[in-house]
Amino acid sequence: MTAIQAPSGGRSALDDMPAKGSPSRIWIYAGLTLGILLMVGPFLWMLLGSLKPQAEFLVNPPTFLPKNPTIDNFTRLFDQLDFPRFFFNSSLVAVAVTLGNVLFCPMLGYALAKLKWRGKGLVMGLVLATLMVPAGITLIPNFVLMANLNLVNTYPGLILPFLVGPFGVFLTRQFMYGIPDELLEAARIDGANEWRIFWGIVLPITAPVLATLGILTFLGSWNSFLYPLVMAQEPDMYTLPVALATFATGQYQADHGMLMAGSVVLVLPVLIIFILFQRWITEGIATTGLKG
Amino acid sequence: MTAPALSRRGVADQATRPVSTRRGWRQDLTGWAFAAPFVILFGVFMALPILISFLLSFTSFGLRDLQNPIGTTFVGADNYTRLLSDGKFWKALGNTFYFVAVGVPLTLAIGLLIASALSRGISRFRTVFRVGYYLPVITSIVAIAVVWRFLLNPDVGLINSVLRGIGISGPDWLASPALAMPSIIAMAVWRNLGFAMVVFIAGLQAIPAVLYEAASIDGAGRWQSFRYVTLPMLRPTILFMLVITTIGYLQLFEEPFVMTDGGPLDATLSVTMYMYQQGFEFFKQGYASAVAYVLFVIVAVIAFLQFRFLREDA
Repeated sequence: MTAIQAPSGGRSALDDMPAKGSPSRIWIYAGLTLGILLMVGPFLWMLLGSLKPQAEFLVNPPTFLPKNPTIDNFTRLFDQLDFPRFFFNSSLVAVAVTLGNVLFCPMLGYALAKLKWRGKGLVMGLVLATLMVPAGITLIPNFVLMANLNLVNTYPGLILPFLVGPFGVFLTRQFMYGIPDELLEAARIDGANEWRIFWGIVLPITAPVLATLGILTFLGSWNSFLYPLVMAQEPDMYTLPVALATFATGQYQADHGMLMAGSVVLVLPVLIIFILFQRWITEGIATTGLKG
Repeated sequence: MTAPALSRRGVADQATRPVSTRRGWRQDLTGWAFAAPFVILFGVFMALPILISFLLSFTSFGLRDLQNPIGTTFVGADNYTRLLSDGKFWKALGNTFYFVAVGVPLTLAIGLLIASALSRGISRFRTVFRVGYYLPVITSIVAIAVVWRFLLNPDVGLINSVLRGIGISGPDWLASPALAMPSIIAMAVWRNLGFAMVVFIAGLQAIPAVLYEAASIDGAGRWQSFRYVTLPMLRPTILFMLVITTIGYLQLFEEPFVMTDGGPLDATLSVTMYMYQQGFEFFKQGYASAVAYVLFVIVAVIAFLQFRFLREDA
């Protein structure tokens, strides 16, 4: 292997790509650009739709660009429907769930990667075994449990089951394996207890992974639907996806402008987070996905 | 040191036991202290419910049992025998398999195509393309379903107006039993191909350049090096994506819930949707638990088979 590799050292897999300006390369760019238009098109359609007045949905043929742009749809969301409340509910739940995962998952990750204790294998097996369990399985028992604890339609009812998850454990455990034992041993000799080692040394080193975990957990919670649909029985506890789905399948199903505005409110925060942190997200998924 | 210690392990153990036990006990305590928050929350809301769900599937649990879960009636395997003759359940199962069988290969193939184009076909604007294709993955399925329902609207939707522009009168996509599921599949592929793309890009980057070089020295063209270098080297990644995507697609729920309510004529009713209807619209939670468990078993078996067979014929 080395003998073959040596003379070609500087070359990369990219060298046999079609030459600049060659016809095949232009076709690839053209194909990818067409693809991007198809990907972004629906988002554009959503945004433009949210700015159209009601009357413009009745004209035939339908318009693509709004003729008389208005923010009326958004004002109706916030005045007639309780969207500020739904937005607050979604944010509160997502922040709480994220904090739980970012604290509790690395704690177990640390115990699994760096500590010796009886029962470790059992806990690891338990976490592994639940990785492929469909979400529907735990839905009904959790509903029964919450009903008996009087937590249906409350914030704890929406938050508690998601404060921890197997994904965060794998992600942090994997990373913490790489932290040299000598570093932790030195701190132990200096008299630091395990909590101080975890809090003062391990967590700061793990920060980039925690950022990825935090972003992905926040997005997952912000977008989650089936569980809050069951657990939020009254409109005052609706999260944004539950509210949007309820209106879209109920009395507002033909109110396209308002539904598009609702979608914008649901999607926009996520788009902003994604554009700011896209590197953390796509690279986090690529590496953990493969090692998972 | 090690050799005698190994040969007289019993003696050595006895000699060190008092010390190591005390030390071991403290280590155990530290370990469990770190694990405790996770283990308690995970046990109560994840592990225990999986067991309870199994028990519930053998009861006639319903709305009136909610305040007194212990008092529910065990009905043996009745729920499962009823499922066997429940035409609507079989319809939902068939629909879900249809969604998986068409949706998964399309998602993976298009994801791989774009990943190859991005990592081996072009050198500029890679980030822009990657972000664009990934965009739908991170957005709410509910929002996407609402937007697509509007796109597919027969009168005011964008798709049919484009078709009208070129002289074709488009169908009412979501109201046609034959077209509703393909429409949902198209949307799911559109939404998820970005995830496959990102994972495939990482897999492609791990393939040593020297292999492509050797292939091109041997006179391989682009298609041949894809067929004989990329595909075999990417096998573990493809397997991983196949399992993950299949498990995800088997749980189809939001799309039909928002776009079609399972219709028309149950053409888009999925297993998870049927479970939701039974459990939270008709409040037959015992029966719904049986539906959930059947899905669980199907997911487990398919994941196992995919790992088993695809790994062996490598």
